[in-house]
Amino acid sequence: MSTVTSVRPPTGRTTELVLLLFAVGIVVLAYINVDVAVTGEVPPDLLVHGLGLLGVALAFHLVLRWRASYADPLLLPIATLLNGLGLVMIHRIDLGEGRDLTSGVAGRQLLWTALAVAIAAAALILVRDHRLLRRYTFLAMATGLVLLLLPMLPIIGQEQFGSRLWIAIGPFSMQPGELAKIALAIFFAGYLVSTRDALSLVGKRVLFLQLPRGRDLGPILAAWLISLLILVGQRDLGSSLLFFGLFVAMLYIATERVSWIVIGLTLFLGGALLAWQLFSHVQVRVNLWLDPFSPDASSDQVARGLMGMAHGGMAGTGLGQGYPFETYLANSDYIIASFGEELGLVGVFSIILLYALLVERGLRTAIGAREGFGKLLAAGLSFAIALQCFVVIGGITRVIPLTGLTTPFMSAGGSSLLANWVILALLLRISDHARRPAPDGTERPRRRATATTTAPATATGGDR
Amino acid sequence: MNTPIRRLAVLVSLMFTALLVASTWVQFVQAESLRERPENRRTLLDTYSRDRGAILLDGTPIARSEPTDDRLRRIRTYPEGSRYAHITGYFSFVYGAAGGLEGARNAVLAGTADELFYRRLVDMATGTEPQGASLEVTIDPAVQDAAAEALGDRRGAVVAVDPQTGAVLAMVSHPSYDPNRLASHGLPQVQEAWEELTTDPDQPLVNRTIGGSLYPPGSTFKLVTAAAALENGYAPEEELHAPLRYTLPGTTTELPNFDGRSCGDGDTATLAESIEVSCNTAFAWLAGELGAETLEQQAQDFGFEQSLEIPMRVTPSRYPDGIDDAQLALTGIGQHDVRVTPLQVAMVSAALANGGTVMEPYLVETVRAADLDVIDQADPQELSQAVSAETAEALTEMMVSVVEEGSGQAAAIPGMTVAGKTGTAEYGSSGAAHAWFTGFAPAEDPRIAVAVVVESATDDWTGETGGDVAAPIARAVLQAGANR
Repeated sequence: MSTVTSVRPPTGRTTELVLLLFAVGIVVLAYINVDVAVTGEVPPDLLVHGLGLLGVALAFHLVLRWRASYADPLLLPIATLLNGLGLVMIHRIDLGEGRDLTSGVAGRQLLWTALAVAIAAAALILVRDHRLLRRYTFLAMATGLVLLLLPMLPIIGQEQFGSRLWIAIGPFSMQPGELAKIALAIFFAGYLVSTRDALSLVGKRVLFLQLPRGRDLGPILAAWLISLLILVGQRDLGSSLLFFGLFVAMLYIATERVSWIVIGLTLFLGGALLAWQLFSHVQVRVNLWLDPFSPDASSDQVARGLMGMAHGGMAGTGLGQGYPFETYLANSDYIIASFGEELGLVGVFSIILLYALLVERGLRTAIGAREGFGKLLAAGLSFAIALQCFVVIGGITRVIPLTGLTTPFMSAGGSSLLANWVILALLLRISDHARRPAPDGTERPRRRATATTTAPATATGGDR
Repeated sequence: MNTPIRRLAVLVSLMFTALLVASTWVQFVQAESLRERPENRRTLLDTYSRDRGAILLDGTPIARSEPTDDRLRRIRTYPEGSRYAHITGYFSFVYGAAGGLEGARNAVLAGTADELFYRRLVDMATGTEPQGASLEVTIDPAVQDAAAEALGDRRGAVVAVDPQTGAVLAMVSHPSYDPNRLASHGLPQVQEAWEELTTDPDQPLVNRTIGGSLYPPGSTFKLVTAAAALENGYAPEEELHAPLRYTLPGTTTELPNFDGRSCGDGDTATLAESIEVSCNTAFAWLAGELGAETLEQQAQDFGFEQSLEIPMRVTPSRYPDGIDDAQLALTGIGQHDVRVTPLQVAMVSAALANGGTVMEPYLVETVRAADLDVIDQADPQELSQAVSAETAEALTEMMVSVVEEGSGQAAAIPGMTVAGKTGTAEYGSSGAAHAWFTGFAPAEDPRIAVAVVVESATDDWTGETGGDVAAPIARAVLQAGANR
């Protein structure tokens, strides 16, 4: 439990450093493993890339020591490990498809990693207190909406794989939806912190549900309509689901009213049913989910992914020894299936648990945060990661119909990487604030009374 | 706000648990059935990248797997190109293993056959990559080359067997194809080659010696009719009804002899004479005397209507059922609906060369594991006793006179006694005919039996008889094989 003591708790930076070295070590081993398996040689640029990754990770670590010394020590190592493993798998798919380091996707992804970490570090330095962000609540809303709707514009909007998610300006293309996620989380947090009283206290009680007033339904209806607009305009089930799920979750946290979940779920199911009846591409997805091996299936993507994972079995083929490139989008949406094939069920479990741990640290940060905005933002961002993992991995393993979403930190793609590192920076910032010993006195007197009586060992153990 | 966050944490852990359960379902519970799905290309790729055993001829590979740098890891190559295509078949990433030993002994070559199970266990335990077994074929390169060279660019087939064992010494089917084109890793090139080979009207992918649409045997079938006669009490010197033209029973159709010539005195001819000059009227009459059942039984004793695997499946040769008397007369000279593979015709000669005993034909001499241990060694098997030794001897004498004085003189080899029988098998209605020759040598101690068929160059009668076209090819093959 989040016990706060007046004893100065350890910052956890040394733990972080050790874990970070461990993470980079695993990535370097995986890199060697891939190249030895595929080409029979240790990668010639091992030192450059290994030290490069270590340098990037250590630089971020130093920024944390300097500007957020109480930040959660697990977040950075987990992100580094996921990002590094993603790079290795992207490189492995490059090799499998006959691309070398210069022409491959991995090189670009490495640059994106460096850039994303730099921007995340910059964000950490610039945003010295996350509460500053609350000032920009409505600017965040505007930014988020513009980013979301950008791909629907003519000329710059781009359609790929049947979804209109990309914008292209000259040679650069990006998925603005990824960044919209952050802007919208900031907006929801700011907006809900201000209006939570109105949304939670007023309203009639019907049976066991406290129903909101009619006019308070406005925001949730707006969010629902916008997510439907994304679904229709961009043909993207994933972003639509992520966006609406994020909103409902944050609304529930802010108001503590189950009625919002009931309303949200009802709206979602209604919208989903409507979409299923109206749009053939939704029907196609559902049919592929129900029977991916149907002889008249319109795509064998789901089937190929499943067969890839099955090929890996329990222990996997070993890195570089399977055929992950047999699946479409093996280095982006389907990267988990690639890991499933080469690292087996064991590898998939490890990765899922890494994500679970990352989300758990994020939610713990939310619980530890001392004010509403930070709580909402941390919980929202963490939930967004969880939901995104659920949607993409669940789509691959047939828990839910497949919708295109990137796998956080792992998928090839700069926008996604950038967005996730910025999310990480925000979580680190909030966790630093949450874990930093309260400047004597005023805050949380109620908890302090119990906390001081707790033995320090238990306290540190519980709040590490 | 902490209570809803904690509840959300519970939801999140349920979501992750769902993912763990689902991935376990896919990778553990369902893994086996997913791996066995026919559309699972990974299983195919695994087969393809495995170290597949070579197909060897006198220790030299005619099909082998070589490592490559691309994702398929290994490529199958056929150093001799089209020369042994119908023996090796092809191993294509796109179209699978087929067309010869590649298809017929796929499991052994791939190393997944049951007889390799024990070795597979060892491989699994030691972590070494499974390796396929290699096959040594029975082909004699000298005989094979002589056959291919003699047949040249003519459409047709040549097959030679060792009469004493049944070992296939030569197997040539023309036109052929280059299996390297199908084994290539370039998908468009492979598809283009496939398209070209499968739409070619000459059907280069078909091994004409054992399959395809089968040939009418023409006069080579007279050996079967004569054998049936000798087995049923006729003597070689027995006079047969042999008019200039024979009216088919129940019809007004008159069957002439080839070129309208007479056999014997124009009214009767002995059985021996009838074989020597390939007398149509005598054998048509004889078939009627013997009856369809006797003929069919004799044909079956030679191997007709039996499923054989050498190890490629041999299309069974057939004697027609439910025929009337006119049709029966025609079957006596190998016309009407009698259909044969050249291998079956060679088996008839081989049986006569081997005292009447038909040996089961086979193409694989030795199967060796990757460590060169012999897993399987060919063990010659008798298929049946087609005729008695006396009948075989009598027919051999008649066949010798065919080559010495009769229709097959082009097959004669100086200093060696050659036994043979010509055939000119009409098909269709325009008079086009395939040229046949079958025989063995040396007649007193047979080392090789052969069947040659040369398809008609046009759809009309070209004037090419078995004695003109097929006999010289047979001679070249017999000469190469008799001194083995």
